[in-house]
Amino acid sequence: MPTNILMPALSPTMTEGTLAKWLKNEGDSVESGDVIAEIETDKATMEVEAVDEGTIGKIVIAEGTENVAVNEIIAVLLEEGESADDIGDVSKDAPVSTPKADSADSEPDVKPQSDASAEQHDGKEIENRDILYAQGVVIEPPPFDEASFTETKEMTVRVALRDAMAEEMRRDDTVYLMGEEVAEYNGAYKVSEGLLDEFGAKRIIDTPITEHGFAGMAVGSAMNGLKPIVEFMTWNFGMQAIDHVLNSAGKTLYMAGGQLGCSMVFRGPNGAASRVGAQHSQCYASWYAHVPGLKVVAPWSGADAKGLMKAAIRDPNPVVFLENEMLYGATHEVPTDEDFVIPLGRAKIERSGSDVTIVAFSIMVGKALEAAAKLAEEGIDAEVINLRTIRPLDRYTILESVKKTNRIVTCEEGWAFSGIGAEIAALIGEHAFDYLDAPLARVTAADVPLPYAANLEALALPQAEHIVKAAKKVCYAD
Amino acid sequence: MAKSNTSKKSNDKGVKKPNVKSGSNSKADPSVEDLQKLYRDMLLIRRFEEKAGQLYGMGLIGGFCHLYIGQEAVVTGISSVQEPQDTVVTSYRDHAHMLACDMDPKGIMAELTGREGGYSRGKGGSMHMFSKEKGFFGGHGIVGASTAIGTGLGFAHKYKGDNGVAVAYMGDGASNQGQVAECYNMAALWDLPVLFVIENNQYGMGTSVKRSSAGTLYRRGEGYGIPGEQVDGMDVFSVQDAARQALDYIRTGNGPYILEVLTYRYRGHSMSDPAKYRSKDEVKTMKDDRDPITAIKDMLQGKGVEEAEIKEIDKEIKAIIAEAAEFAQESPEPHEDELWTDVLVEV
Ligand SMILES: Cc1ncc(C[n+]2csc(CCOP(=O)(O)OP(=O)(O)O)c2C)c(N)n1
Ligand SMILES: [Mg+2]
Repeated sequence: MPTNILMPALSPTMTEGTLAKWLKNEGDSVESGDVIAEIETDKATMEVEAVDEGTIGKIVIAEGTENVAVNEIIAVLLEEGESADDIGDVSKDAPVSTPKADSADSEPDVKPQSDASAEQHDGKEIENRDILYAQGVVIEPPPFDEASFTETKEMTVRVALRDAMAEEMRRDDTVYLMGEEVAEYNGAYKVSEGLLDEFGAKRIIDTPITEHGFAGMAVGSAMNGLKPIVEFMTWNFGMQAIDHVLNSAGKTLYMAGGQLGCSMVFRGPNGAASRVGAQHSQCYASWYAHVPGLKVVAPWSGADAKGLMKAAIRDPNPVVFLENEMLYGATHEVPTDEDFVIPLGRAKIERSGSDVTIVAFSIMVGKALEAAAKLAEEGIDAEVINLRTIRPLDRYTILESVKKTNRIVTCEEGWAFSGIGAEIAALIGEHAFDYLDAPLARVTAADVPLPYAANLEALALPQAEHIVKAAKKVCYAD
Repeated sequence: MAKSNTSKKSNDKGVKKPNVKSGSNSKADPSVEDLQKLYRDMLLIRRFEEKAGQLYGMGLIGGFCHLYIGQEAVVTGISSVQEPQDTVVTSYRDHAHMLACDMDPKGIMAELTGREGGYSRGKGGSMHMFSKEKGFFGGHGIVGASTAIGTGLGFAHKYKGDNGVAVAYMGDGASNQGQVAECYNMAALWDLPVLFVIENNQYGMGTSVKRSSAGTLYRRGEGYGIPGEQVDGMDVFSVQDAARQALDYIRTGNGPYILEVLTYRYRGHSMSDPAKYRSKDEVKTMKDDRDPITAIKDMLQGKGVEEAEIKEIDKEIKAIIAEAAEFAQESPEPHEDELWTDVLVEV
């Protein structure tokens, strides 16, 4: 069979070009790699090389022809033993190369985002959860029978995190911990206390102060089969490494077509501590939650810390785990069962109520509960949702609550602009607009870098009283 | 003096070790006046830091507070040979650098207490203060940042042709940050007037240099053609000599220079650090045998200066510090309206 030589596309934007010059004539033999023609694209003059060997049987498009479309037949190549007579009517049976169209039944079994409000997937077991999340479909969170974990022990959040890491390291010897001061110093905030003693220097690794470098190394090791836990002394210093968190860890699975990803955890304290100034006090929740390919978790209680850390380590994806220094020392009852693993993507209703929904995460959960107690004294029954996971967001639980209470206040320690509250506002606007009895209210940090002075710092950070005020406002009780 | 230069084959010969007896490195024979000035400057830093530690303990200073005690000879030696148009930038361990830039102790201390009278009107805190007037550009909390900012200060000196040099301080720990290598390259590539000073106090928080850093810090510029030198930072004259030479080299248009100053911090990394990663003996030896202030005091006495005269300086310093501490406590907290100001420049 004679082979058609097609007009090649020689730049990403080229759709047609000029066949400037033929360097071979009919009857000339060519070998692969021979330059056979020159083509002017929209950007430059390019040489066209032969791919196959044979003899030029026919030149279809003459030298000097302009506007030759990409993929048009420009010449026909004959194999050994073929002659020009074997060439049929070129124009008629020109092969049209069109990409194979997907058959209809390969379409995903979900509706596009605009129809998402109809999709609640009630009761049914949900497959391909991540695809549905990506498409913005509202689905029930993964099931979890938290009440069945009845045996508990009192411990600090700090110890809960440590125990979670230790348990998972015993369970899976590919898990290791790396960061500044994590080993010999036992952690700058003592979260890794005792881990060096138990697991040794091979698995508990002190690094130089080179966040970009060691985060990248950890990503490489995750690609190569390990499960790193990267501690950033605080998330403020994780900024040095944000490129690797987003571009290397967050996007690899997608860019590799699913062949390899990064099962790893980036963890450390997030948000304001106390009087440490603007560069050391920032909430990164909305920064990382913006990025598809990452999961973002923010525990509040000891149980959250333990169950979510274990889930994060076991998760096959990169998980950004946002702790809070102010919470490390708080004590809570924590389930002791080694299988206490809180599914990512499931919020917890910390207090049920009927008048107003208060959504919070991390340190703001405690402040929301404090506010709910004050509101109760004034006859307002608030429901407090602890998000636990920020991405994927448990949209279902938030929407169900709002449909019940018809009022919502969001709380976060970060700034309002493009914050988690803004995302929840969009969610409510898209899916629960008709249920609202009052405009949504957001409680956030003041829109300024965090000041150092004690009085200004207190003014800048959101407090329980702000939540009370906002809740009363949406209840028209102010 | 240990030097590395790409044109010559460099080696480690003559590298000064920190156990050299203080004062023994300098060929100079300083005058009593010089000695008195250096003594005064270093003592001011030490007393200031001691007072800051005390105020921290009283809950008047919050957050982090990184003291410079033990390292006084470094910034004192270098600043003593700078020119007025030069600029300085450093990390969070910055109180001494501000004092050395001739910033007002009252304003620094009041910033530590978060008061209106502070250099940043209470909004910056111990790690974030600036004085454009005195050529001090912070005060940065992110390890490594001062290097890049310092390289930029140098870029501006060259751009403006003001014959200034940027002195960019970093710690031994900071010297491992990627941006440091990037800045060495750019500073050398563009012959920027930058003196990179590595204050090698042997530890970055709880990690000793041995556990964090490969090779030799002052030689890390070799590949870029940046000369480097290691100097005994417990001896203010060694620092002075090295800095003078380095600044001359830079100011005559040769591009950047790296000075690794071997020093020691007596206190923990910050107020909350128990410093269990080093032995009490190690600290004691440095304090007893290498203290830069004691060394100068001995030299003064060696030159026949009366104890009473030295006491006079001590008293003078004590008064300055007492005044600063008082101001820092009396200055009110910033007005609540300050919360909203200075986010952007009004246009
Ligand atoms: C990018 C970044 N990572 C981590 C930290 C936390 N941290 C603050 S100081 C410090 C040690 C720095 O040591 P070094 O550079 O030797 O300076 P020194 O404290 O000894 O003056 C660390 C790890 C930080 N501030 N910034
Ligand atoms: Mg150091």
